[in-house]
Amino acid sequence: MTSIRADELTLGYGRKTVVEGLTLDVPDGATTVIIGGNGSGKSTLLLALGRLLVPSRGRVLLAGADIQRSPTREIARRLALLPQQPRTPEAMTVRQLVALGRHPYQSWLAQWSQRDERMVERAMQRADVADLADRVVDTLSGGQRQRVWIALAVAQDTPLLLLDEPISFLDPAHQLDVLDLLRTLNRETRKTVVMVLHDLNLAARYGDHIIGMRDGRIVAEGTPETVMTADNVRAIFDLVCRIVPDPCVGTPMCVPVGRAL
Amino acid sequence: MGDMTIRLAGYSRRIAWRPWRLAGLSLLTCVVIALVSLACGRVWLPPGEWLAGLKRGEGAIWLIVTQLRLPRVVLAAEVGGALALSGWILQQVLRNPLASPDTLGLSGGASAAVVAYLALAAGQGGAWVRPVAAIAGALLVVASVYALALRGGRVTPYRLILIGVGMGALAGAVVTLMLIVGRAELASSAYVWLVGSVYGANRADAVTLGGLLALVLLFGVPLIRYALLAPLDDALAAGIGVSVPASRLALIGVASLLAGLAIAWGGAMAFVGLFAPHLARRWVAVSGSAQALAAVAIGASVVMSADLVGRTLFLPLDLPAGIFVAAVGAPFFIGLLIRETRTS
Repeated sequence: MTSIRADELTLGYGRKTVVEGLTLDVPDGATTVIIGGNGSGKSTLLLALGRLLVPSRGRVLLAGADIQRSPTREIARRLALLPQQPRTPEAMTVRQLVALGRHPYQSWLAQWSQRDERMVERAMQRADVADLADRVVDTLSGGQRQRVWIALAVAQDTPLLLLDEPISFLDPAHQLDVLDLLRTLNRETRKTVVMVLHDLNLAARYGDHIIGMRDGRIVAEGTPETVMTADNVRAIFDLVCRIVPDPCVGTPMCVPVGRAL
Repeated sequence: MGDMTIRLAGYSRRIAWRPWRLAGLSLLTCVVIALVSLACGRVWLPPGEWLAGLKRGEGAIWLIVTQLRLPRVVLAAEVGGALALSGWILQQVLRNPLASPDTLGLSGGASAAVVAYLALAAGQGGAWVRPVAAIAGALLVVASVYALALRGGRVTPYRLILIGVGMGALAGAVVTLMLIVGRAELASSAYVWLVGSVYGANRADAVTLGGLLALVLLFGVPLIRYALLAPLDDALAAGIGVSVPASRLALIGVASLLAGLAIAWGGAMAFVGLFAPHLARRWVAVSGSAQALAAVAIGASVVMSADLVGRTLFLPLDLPAGIFVAAVGAPFFIGLLIRETRTS
């Protein structure tokens, strides 16, 4: 069991409360996409799910245990987290960086076990960065770099993968590459994927489970078909839109009309 | 040649061939400079001659090499190596190529403490007081920098650097004040120390510093892998199971002890802690333990060469090594940066 859930979660920075009394059950083995406007608390929620933000009230439970009370290395074996646009360290090769994903399994003595090697090679192949293995990371393009970060998270070999806006700074073709890669990981290795996305239509296309947030609360939750209605989009984003089926895959697609007044 | 993997029971490592070869080369340079330093001095001793002298185990040559030159060369290497490693760790942790023991106010704290001791206690109280004062000064400053940089249980590299620079300036003011209020004849001995010198090093100095540095490294070496993770995003590092605040504190502690010890015996010796790790970064392009080792070797080489120049080129004067570290290091460093801007 690796299921992750939030129980009556209240989150904030200093005195400012961003999320209040939020309860959430992330479906196992599915791709969950969190959507919401700027400042809706979606990234904050993701940070808390990844134990990087200590809740002011409530708990995040990973496999039934309070995530704030479990050893961080142990959590790192179950849950990988990719922050939004991580800073790129200078002077590290792709292989070195991907190998950092093995950190939770290593000790000072054992820093490159056979399993480490196998998982790193496999992760690089999966994320399609194996040919870049000996390149220095800061010479790569944005799309390549994002794949390297995903390879790092994959090398961590966790049943759960959390990503904060993994495609926000990529061009449309690379956005699809990354989302396809995540879908493959989800389908083939039964990884539970939770990500924050800004693009509603891609959220509907790639998500099995959509969570719509506004002002730190969940406004709508469910399959893309149940969440992506004109009423919900209006409630989440203050946006008037028409919903039509995506001509490629048939998932609901939002065509914006204008801002709701 | 590619990489090499070593696996022995529970021990496993991946060794990248190129960085380690470069680190090996810099160590070799370091050894060559040490041998030349042993041969040069007021009396020129060709290697063959001093080796023969060493074998005899007595006589004038044996005395010059083992009692006069060797402790000084070893102390220079220890001081340079420790400052360089300290600088390398700080550059990793603070994510800033300009970081060095000077940036965090470490050198300033040590200098202020030693000069205060020389001025107020007139250098009385035994040989151990000066090193202890230097280390205490360095640790006191670094602890206050860290405490002041703390906000909401977290320290950011940015705040550490800003506060460190401020504390360094404060320590500089203390040094100036002490030089003025202290007696005139103490000012000159304080000055030599401030510039950085390994003059008059004896065997006990070299052995004590070496032992203490080894002790610090015992804790420091296993932390090197956290130094490699330090430039990562905080969130990403925490995500792979690193306790970011603890590792940052531990690394700053090790860097402070290394620099504090080096400064205690060798004086402020400014610039080595900035320049040596920087050269190592250029030379061993990929970050890793090999780069750290190269920084140590370069730091040791720089101080040994500076001391060699100081005690041979201006005979009969014996000039503090710190002068040449800066006088030769700075132009070299600037030239390197200019060449780099041209080629890129």
